[in-house]
Amino acid sequence: MSDATEATKPKLIPITIDGQALEVEPGTLVIRAAEQIGITIPRFCDHPLLDPVAACRQCLVDVEGARKPVASCSEAVRPDMVIRTQETSEVARQYQESQLEFLLVNHPLDCPQCDKGGECPLQDQALKHGPGESRMYEKKRVFSKALPINAQIALDRERCVLCARCTRFSQQISGDPFIELFERGALEQVSIYGDQPYESYFAGNVVQICPVGALTSNSYRFGARPFDIRRIPGIAFHDASGANVRHDIRRGVIQRTLARTNLAVNEAWLDDKNRYGYAFVSHPDRLDVPLVRGETGALERATWVSAVDTAAAKLTAAIEADGPGSVAILTGGRLTDEDAYAVSRFARDVIGTDHVDFRTSPQADDLTVLPTIAGDHDVTYDVVEQAPVVVVAGLEPHEELPLLFLRMRKAWRQRNQKIVVVGPVLGRLEEIAWQWIPTEAGGEAAALQALADGAEELAPIVDVLGDGTDMSRAPAVVLAGERLSASPGALPAAKALAEARGAGFAWIPRRPGARGAIEAGLLPGTLPGGRPLDAPGPVAEAWGRVPTEPGLDATGILQGVVDGTITTLWLIGVDPATDFDDTDLARRALETCPTVIASDTMPTESVRRADVVFPVTAPPERVGSFTNWEGRRQAWPQAVGAVGQSLQDWDVVRQVARGMGTDLGWETANDVRREAAPLMAPTPERGASTAAATEVAVATATDGLTPVYLPILLQGGTMLTGAKELIDSRPAPSIWVNPADAGTAIDGHTVAVTGDRGSADLVLRVTPAVAPGTVVLPRIHAGDIGRGGITIADAQPAEPVTAGSANTDGGES
Amino acid sequence: MPQVKVLSKRYDVPDAHTLEGYTRTDGWKALKRALNQDPAALRDVVKDSGLRGRGGAGFPTGLKWSFVPQDTGKPIYLVINADEGEPGTFKDRELMERDPFQLIEGIICSAYALNSPRSFIFLRGEYLWSGIRIEEALAEAYAAGYLGDDILGSGFSHHITLHYGSGAYICGEETALLEALEGRRGQPRLRPPFPAVAGLYACPTVINNVESIAAAGHIIEHGANWWKQWGPERSPGTKLFCVSGEVKRPGNYEFPMGTSAREIVEEACGGMLDGRELKFWAPGGSSTPLLTAEHYDIPMDFDSIAAAGSLMGTGAMMMYSDKTSVIEATLNWIRFYEHESCGKCTPCREGNFWVGQILERILGGRGRPEDIATLDELADNIFGRSFCALADGATSSVKSGIKYFRDEYEYVIANGRLPDHIEPHAGVITDNAQTDRPEMKVGVGHV
Repeated sequence: MSDATEATKPKLIPITIDGQALEVEPGTLVIRAAEQIGITIPRFCDHPLLDPVAACRQCLVDVEGARKPVASCSEAVRPDMVIRTQETSEVARQYQESQLEFLLVNHPLDCPQCDKGGECPLQDQALKHGPGESRMYEKKRVFSKALPINAQIALDRERCVLCARCTRFSQQISGDPFIELFERGALEQVSIYGDQPYESYFAGNVVQICPVGALTSNSYRFGARPFDIRRIPGIAFHDASGANVRHDIRRGVIQRTLARTNLAVNEAWLDDKNRYGYAFVSHPDRLDVPLVRGETGALERATWVSAVDTAAAKLTAAIEADGPGSVAILTGGRLTDEDAYAVSRFARDVIGTDHVDFRTSPQADDLTVLPTIAGDHDVTYDVVEQAPVVVVAGLEPHEELPLLFLRMRKAWRQRNQKIVVVGPVLGRLEEIAWQWIPTEAGGEAAALQALADGAEELAPIVDVLGDGTDMSRAPAVVLAGERLSASPGALPAAKALAEARGAGFAWIPRRPGARGAIEAGLLPGTLPGGRPLDAPGPVAEAWGRVPTEPGLDATGILQGVVDGTITTLWLIGVDPATDFDDTDLARRALETCPTVIASDTMPTESVRRADVVFPVTAPPERVGSFTNWEGRRQAWPQAVGAVGQSLQDWDVVRQVARGMGTDLGWETANDVRREAAPLMAPTPERGASTAAATEVAVATATDGLTPVYLPILLQGGTMLTGAKELIDSRPAPSIWVNPADAGTAIDGHTVAVTGDRGSADLVLRVTPAVAPGTVVLPRIHAGDIGRGGITIADAQPAEPVTAGSANTDGGES
Repeated sequence: MPQVKVLSKRYDVPDAHTLEGYTRTDGWKALKRALNQDPAALRDVVKDSGLRGRGGAGFPTGLKWSFVPQDTGKPIYLVINADEGEPGTFKDRELMERDPFQLIEGIICSAYALNSPRSFIFLRGEYLWSGIRIEEALAEAYAAGYLGDDILGSGFSHHITLHYGSGAYICGEETALLEALEGRRGQPRLRPPFPAVAGLYACPTVINNVESIAAAGHIIEHGANWWKQWGPERSPGTKLFCVSGEVKRPGNYEFPMGTSAREIVEEACGGMLDGRELKFWAPGGSSTPLLTAEHYDIPMDFDSIAAAGSLMGTGAMMMYSDKTSVIEATLNWIRFYEHESCGKCTPCREGNFWVGQILERILGGRGRPEDIATLDELADNIFGRSFCALADGATSSVKSGIKYFRDEYEYVIANGRLPDHIEPHAGVITDNAQTDRPEMKVGVGHV
């Protein structure tokens, strides 16, 4: 630490708590200072991540010289303050017990049937310090039971202690007009706006932070008791957030998923998809035995031995007949790091093909840029939060990575972070963005280049962005979403902008296994560690062989199937028929491919077309690890037993390899991890892929609006199967257009949206957060609406949009 | 001490609420005098006068003004707390209805002293007639150049915004008032930051009561020593006392600070109603602890009343006779506080609700011997532990009622009914309407 920092370091404040002298940072709240020496002052409304409100008065302490009791949750330390808590002061104890009595007089005595019973701060506090008997002879205040906040969340108002945690979360953290305090005095209550939608991607957090049983999840309500569940840590598997979660298990079934506090990642929050999207794990539709297409042409139950033998025989036959280049593997970005490595080696070493790709929307720029970020771990949530300026391109974080949105909103609210959005879609960043450089779809590269060059018309932004030489502040950050590469040249331009401005750079994928797939080499022309195929380094020694010819990308693979050059396709955790941008090509490929092998958890459209189907485990059913968007690898233990006979993907690969005569030498997932670790570690040997991208004919808009297909968080996806309350609480699928393009169509109406493939009826949202000339559509409709110029036709009268009436079929997750 | 008429000097002038009437009766002299002086000097005058806030707390007005940083680059806002809502308090209403220009002139003088470009009058929403009078007065003042840009050619500009509250006593608490004025739910804010530093829209803000600001105008016109000719040294000046209850002539009467309750009631109000003896009284509104007949001669000023165990409050004297039950009166007030509690903090929300339930049960004949101790303890558990002072005020009548009239509580609990000499509801004023008001005009810019 330099002298300068030493000098500017704030002077510590000396205080005394319960006779113990300590020094704390200026501005520290008394309740936090007490925690530093292990003294827990009881509290209900206090939450370290929310602004203090000092409403519950449970945390009153005795401060020498103070005229009145002091609320420790809102009082900052002062020099030489002498504080006495309940630990040493009868006075403080009486303060707290008196407030507890007030909280309990109207609180129902329904602990035995309340979801919170057993993990309830109020219950614990009452047992510890509460009066044994009540001196209240009056009738308790009652409200009608279980007010539905939305399809997922119920509110029992008589249990509420009005701590305002939920309303503060709504206002301060997520920024959704979600729930508010209504009425006053003894009738004060939490409620919802009657005439506004109460939708939030973060609604479940209010249940988790409720200090009593007032807010409960319908998906968990009356389902389990805190004392008969096992709590197993896990990692979010619906997106690339790497959010730390906890699965609560009863009788081998996940009852609920909660946020696990990790201040470096998700803090204490979780989005609703990762919180409530666990039902598919135990859904009856899960694939639980291997299937092999029999002589009748139907998929029939099979033993693992026969399924493995069938797959191995088909692969061997294909290699013998048409060479290893006739086999291709698609993985789709949901594999654990271990599985990704296992598949990467299997393809190259056992099959001898480089036709592997984890992408479902493959773009040329990915191949030059993505291998060069393998191993990066310098831009993290914390770095983003500290950054004075963040440039965002090809990313709508509220839909694509909600927890990153929360962190950016925190930085905006607490640090006045300047957020610069480049591209046609501002979306939910409208609230917090400082500058928006709107472009048409495809124009991002030029705008990013102009920022890098310091173009005069962008001077105010360029000045704030700096050039990285100002050491007195944290570096700026450039965030490039995975959609950015759909705009030619934009992804390299974003990386170049970061370099030119001395800023950090991060690529933000959506799927949990995307970064791991890059690290494992699940791109054509790329090996583990991001090594180019022609410079394998240590990979060559570790593996029996490495192909010399770079393979095809996902588009090329599907095209090759249609053209007949690829005859065997193994789909591992991907459903091209719905996951791919070009669903039409994917469906044609699946129909024409002589042999399709599929490893999956659910009977997807692609699975139904397969010749051999391997049932595989869902993330909570196994050990594994994901590398999130930051480059942070996090492992988790097994939470529940695997359904039926399902196996882990690496194990399936290992068995098929053995069937083909190759022993990969793994007996456990740890064996895979041990082998993969040195090869997937950060290395300077990384470089652009040696593969060439397949040229795609792009439909160009002639008339109408240019489409941007945005993955909407809760629209579609087999991994949301069974999450009924979550699906019922989500917003209806909508399209977003600029007021200039809305014409006579009215916000909120259902409109007919037509592209070059067809038409769909969707709800119209007219918003200035979309550039003129652009229309944002839910990505699940990419296949049925298509590209080209999009036209909108009003105006059938607005149909009442009921939650849950949305399209639940297909799409991605 | 005899009545004096400083703030109430125009109460008998029928057209004082018009610009013509106000100007004719020596209006605008303070303003013309102020505009020729240095603002900092005017602040010193108010400080030297020893004027203490008339909203209830008695904080020195000049000292409050001195807390406002003058060099932040942000506008300084002056907010007039006209959310007069405490039971028994009606002094500001009459001032605004009969002499609105007095308030406006006081505001402009104070704003000039504070270098404030804009002030807000936060008016109790139910005070429609006050609102109409102020709106009309503002329109006339703007038209005559007393308000707006470049007032009377002085180069000083000031604008006044009238805002109607929505019927919440809590908005008389200054930070809740600011929340409501900013368009949010009226609940008190955490301090720090204090309003003087970051108040309305996070700008330096002074919040003063109507009577304080009106008095500041007179002080700026006549000087600090003139003001100090009345009252004791630490509570100088005159005071509007609004007397209600079982007296012959309730109403607003202006006396020097330090006049005794007996003098006010006997001289101005004609004494207690015939056949009724003073039993208990609240010196400054329902939030001030009750006093009894033995305190009748204590001087009405901040320090003397405090020494007697109560508070000067707003000078809203509520007088009750031996025919009135202190328990009924207390329940009446508790119902008010229970209804007006904003609900934010536990002791106020739950405590007042519970205290009200207990009092109701006692009066309903189902009291329990331990109720007296419970009430006393609950009041202790509320007082000083709530977020703001609203709940402190709510406990006043409970604590003091038990202190002075424990025997009445014991009698009612033991016998299940009030003592025979008490007339049920004797002191509870149910009809507060004033019948001699001018007819209200329809469609004059108010809600």
